[in-house]
Amino acid sequence: MTDVQIKNGAPEPRGFTGKLNAMSKPGRWAAITALVALFYLMPLGWFADPPGFYNPLVTFSSDFGTVLFDAAIFVLLAIGLNVVVGFAGLLDLGYFGFFAVGAYAMALLTSPASKLITDYHWLDSPWPWLAALPVAIVITALTGVLLGWPTLRLRGDYLAIVTLGFAEMIRVIAVQSEWVLGGDRGISAIPHPPGEIGGEPIFGFVDPKPYYWLVLTVIIVVVFGVRNLARSRVGRAWVSIREDEDAAELMGVPTFKFKLWAFAIGATIGGLSGALWASKVNFMNSTTFSLENSILVLAAVILGGAGSIPGAILGGFLVAYVPEWLRGLGGFLGLDINTTEYRYLIFGLVLIVMMIFRPQGIWPNRRREAEIKDRQKEVAVGE
Amino acid sequence: MLLEIDNVTLHYGRIKALHGISIHVNEGEVVALIGANGAGKSTTMRAISGLRAISSGAIRFQGEDISKVRADLRVVKGICQSPEGRGVFPGMTVKENLEMGAYMRRDNAAIAEDMERVFTLFPRLKERIKQAGGTLSGGEQQMLAVGRALMGRPKLLLLDEPSMGLAPMLIQQIFNIITEINQQGTTVLVVEQNAQQALSRAHRAYVLETGNIVKEGSGADLLHDPAVKAAYLGVA
Repeated sequence: MTDVQIKNGAPEPRGFTGKLNAMSKPGRWAAITALVALFYLMPLGWFADPPGFYNPLVTFSSDFGTVLFDAAIFVLLAIGLNVVVGFAGLLDLGYFGFFAVGAYAMALLTSPASKLITDYHWLDSPWPWLAALPVAIVITALTGVLLGWPTLRLRGDYLAIVTLGFAEMIRVIAVQSEWVLGGDRGISAIPHPPGEIGGEPIFGFVDPKPYYWLVLTVIIVVVFGVRNLARSRVGRAWVSIREDEDAAELMGVPTFKFKLWAFAIGATIGGLSGALWASKVNFMNSTTFSLENSILVLAAVILGGAGSIPGAILGGFLVAYVPEWLRGLGGFLGLDINTTEYRYLIFGLVLIVMMIFRPQGIWPNRRREAEIKDRQKEVAVGE
Repeated sequence: MLLEIDNVTLHYGRIKALHGISIHVNEGEVVALIGANGAGKSTTMRAISGLRAISSGAIRFQGEDISKVRADLRVVKGICQSPEGRGVFPGMTVKENLEMGAYMRRDNAAIAEDMERVFTLFPRLKERIKQAGGTLSGGEQQMLAVGRALMGRPKLLLLDEPSMGLAPMLIQQIFNIITEINQQGTTVLVVEQNAQQALSRAHRAYVLETGNIVKEGSGADLLHDPAVKAAYLGVA
């Protein structure tokens, strides 16, 4: 072949990703390493409150470490949903349902207050954390397959409605099934992850930092996995399904199989984040799993740029962090604004503005950009 | 007989789109299927490629009944289609689109050869190799769709409206290439509204009207058939 020098139709360096790609390989890795190191250092005291000057990024009225942990959980969720919505192009409005499944599975298996132990004696004693985590993840993945099997034959709007119903179903089950999930009385005494340093447990009740670092580490591992998948044959199949499902099938892509894979992988990541979250909060009940959360994760993915991993990370972080930061700012200025109350309004407005002026998201995926342009062209000619 | 459509009916919900049509394609032929808008041409294509399940009848490929075989597996068997409206992947480059055409193949050396062959047929695509599919002109997209179908090394190439939306010059060019592809040994079934071009290039042809085959014959015969002339060629 004469065109060996053209690799995957390399794009012109453009935007953040373009600039990053245009760097030399060691330069790129140095930049990424520095960024990751910064993320690890963020919750430390001297970063949050540097001597001598004032760090405007720190949240005033909420504990910065806790905000970072919540943001990290949202980032993990956004990365997972990005596989479903961004890569495979399947509109999933009920993604938070998988978070709930992972969290409940973890709680039921590890908590000594779990009704599986106290009432039904299915388990003799709580499972160790490390044994329960993979089981909780597998249960969530199976839930994903179970939901995907009948529904992934549907397309577009129909799939969106069914997934919406799924999240609502999980919530209603959580509220109603007091006999095992505890309804709004919930499940308490969910154990923390194991490990101690000098006799002190690493993961305690007070300090959120270790939890943040744990989730951050998980994010890094997941990003590597997801990135490699996206660049493989599987990733190429997802792109083709997203861009034109009929055409994909005419290329010999087993579309149903790959859609199911996307669903299962997304569910796995959602379950993982739920399980990690459950083992920090110690207590959970049915009120956590409201529909807004599903919408918020979707907003994060679209805001960041569907189909782009850095976009999902950025979107997930912004969606969780900005309201807390604004709340602190309001307090600082002497205004008593509860921004968590307004955040749906704010994100709604931001999303509308984004869809008009930058539909591809803040940190878009190159392909996705071309797809959106193509779709706009179609609308313009009235196809 | 390479492909045999045997008394096939197909429904969209309760609407019957194909009323028991029978078509066959012999190895080495170019067969045209002409008809007006809504006659069921594209539906026939979807039935052959497996995008749409048939209600009754049989579709046989190389003697084997494939009517229950999944669409992606029909591609593996050697039925490749350039879909209606081209179906080019807009976010993929020309090269990536062509690679998708060879998605189910693993013989990388032969894939590279086939890509060169496509570039010989469509030099224009080589000039555009790094460009996103969605940014190509209509004619270029059509070339890409045909080239992409060729990347699957089809035994049977299905072309759905290859002339749609193209200028007369380009239509001529596309049909020249179809003839060339056929002469290189690929069997072609082409669906067309442009009856003039399709009939003059085809060995045999069928006329489809509201889900029924109303006429069949050699391309040349149908080209001179008074009824066909009146209905599809715009001459009284």
